[in-house]
Amino acid sequence: MAGPSIATVQAGDSLPTRELVCDTVQLFLYNAVLWNAHRIHFDAPYATEVEGYPGLVVAGPLIGDWLTQCVLEWMGDDAELVSFEFSNRWAVYVDEPLVSGGKVLSVDMENGLVTLDLHVVNAEDRVVAPGRAVVRLPVG
Amino acid sequence: MGSLLDQAVLAHIGASATPRTELVTRRDIRKYAVATGQRLRRFIDGDVAPPLFHIALFWDVVELGELLPDGLSVDPLLPEFPLKRAMAGGWNIDYHRPIVPGDELVMTRTLSDIYEKSGSRGPLIFYELTREVHTRSGEPVLSEKITRILR
Repeated sequence: MAGPSIATVQAGDSLPTRELVCDTVQLFLYNAVLWNAHRIHFDAPYATEVEGYPGLVVAGPLIGDWLTQCVLEWMGDDAELVSFEFSNRWAVYVDEPLVSGGKVLSVDMENGLVTLDLHVVNAEDRVVAPGRAVVRLPVG
Repeated sequence: MGSLLDQAVLAHIGASATPRTELVTRRDIRKYAVATGQRLRRFIDGDVAPPLFHIALFWDVVELGELLPDGLSVDPLLPEFPLKRAMAGGWNIDYHRPIVPGDELVMTRTLSDIYEKSGSRGPLIFYELTREVHTRSGEPVLSEKITRILR
């Protein structure tokens, strides 16, 4: 899959958005793959009655992973992820509709590097997880 | 400032955990790719690992008796903090080389910082874990800083 080249990309370019929902099955599989037994992710009575959450809590690093997918699907096979950072700002619950996206923040032509600003937003348009990535793009 | 964190807590800065070695399998990459909803074939087929696969690979495997009532376990690298409730955290990762099936990876982990800040609703404790992943032959794979916040 061919992606953008350093010659064609411009600051302000948008990355494709993607609608995302983590249902109970995906949340179970994700925590099973991690071997994460934290009850807030699979035990609904515990999450709501003991911890006081409105529902099962989506694991933070899964939201981070969705930010990397936003980058990787945009950048193409010949580009390279150099660095990535994200943080979880707001809790996300099972079945909550989310949208991932981002934009090109700056272009370093000399070194072939592009800095991307990333986000996952919820239905209230609140950024639940901001992120940033540096990608090395092919010359052309 | 400095009222929450005494010397006994701060003395843990610089502590390191015993390095851990894990073998990367195609099956584990495929399971991770499916669970995270990857759409790129190379991840779903397990030819190469997605960028956050190492989080799953190095998640602690503890025995049932070591799990606390909430399902978490005690991290022996951390001191007992005066604040308990975990808030949002952040990850900052530098990549050196992709992870592929057959890799035997070593992860080292250091408690690199502990500090406090005053938030709008009271004091906050921050701590940072630095993790380095390399191959058994010493080739660097990635390095990362994980920041966690307690209130």
